[in-house]
Amino acid sequence: MISPILFWFIAAITVLPAFTLLFARKAVHVAMAVILVMVGLAISYVALGAPFLGVVQIVVYTGAVMMLFLFVLMLVGVDQRESLKETITGQRWIAIALAIGVAALLISVVSRVKFGVSTSFEDGGPAQVAPLLFGDYVLVVETLGFLLITAAVGALVLTHVPRLFPRRTQSEMQAERVAAGANPVNKTFPGYYARHNALDAPALDPEGKPIEESVSRVLKIRHQTNDGIEFKDENRSRRRELGAKEGDA
Amino acid sequence: MSPINFVYLASVLFAIGAAAVLLRRNAIIAFMGVELMLNAANLTLVSFSRIQGFLHGQVMAFFVMVVAAAEVVVGLAIIIAVFRSRQTISLDEPTELKG
Repeated sequence: MISPILFWFIAAITVLPAFTLLFARKAVHVAMAVILVMVGLAISYVALGAPFLGVVQIVVYTGAVMMLFLFVLMLVGVDQRESLKETITGQRWIAIALAIGVAALLISVVSRVKFGVSTSFEDGGPAQVAPLLFGDYVLVVETLGFLLITAAVGALVLTHVPRLFPRRTQSEMQAERVAAGANPVNKTFPGYYARHNALDAPALDPEGKPIEESVSRVLKIRHQTNDGIEFKDENRSRRRELGAKEGDA
Repeated sequence: MSPINFVYLASVLFAIGAAAVLLRRNAIIAFMGVELMLNAANLTLVSFSRIQGFLHGQVMAFFVMVVAAAEVVVGLAIIIAVFRSRQTISLDEPTELKG
């Protein structure tokens, strides 16, 4: 028999997070709560003697399905606002009444029937489920294979967007740059041939002068550049003098 | 505690999922409500499998999971396709389709 503490624990971590489906504003919060519900259901499967299904539940639902949901949420934008304007008047109250009605109907039907709970049962591990899956139900398993392939192809077809313009290749971009008269070669990296390889130090050309365009434009806008003044010609002789003095001392 | 309590739990979860489908306008949240309803049905299958002492219910629950996975893939692809063309995932917007 199942311990009551376990049952109430499972009930708490499934029903309470499930209510976020009705009340949470943000879809991401709902997704996280539903992940918790799925974990709770997995625990209940294990408690009901279906460890294989419990593991499958974790792998398929929390691992694949809910991650897919989160992925799509990121894709369409997390900040999708929900309009609270009702298009059908009184829809909210009708929906709540219907849901409570469904719950009352199901619970009353189940409570009217007496079930004799079987005392002899075996846990549904992989070794017990496999002969059923690939013996009695092998045709269903093969049909499900077809279904999964169809679903994958369907998802590809539905999300495929035909290309409106031909793709710009790298050689075309290069030809455009040459035609526009731009420098066909790459810009020099900062710090190249300079004394330090920091990004803010301009590279030096073979004559030892700083190459201004080797420093990133962003650093220039932020005034975070090392202007390379120590390498300019007018300072060179001074530096040499300083160096000579230091050498004397 | 008898496994029949899990059937009551499944009924409650099913009702919450149905309410989410009926109430929410965000297509993804409504879709999660559908998932919750499928899971509630699965929980019923597994509990009855335990009550009856046969494994067939668990095999059926396994099949439901596979079908649900395929359904999620196609459903989310449809949501993305609608979002691409209309920039919204609200379920109210497609009412403009009415003539």
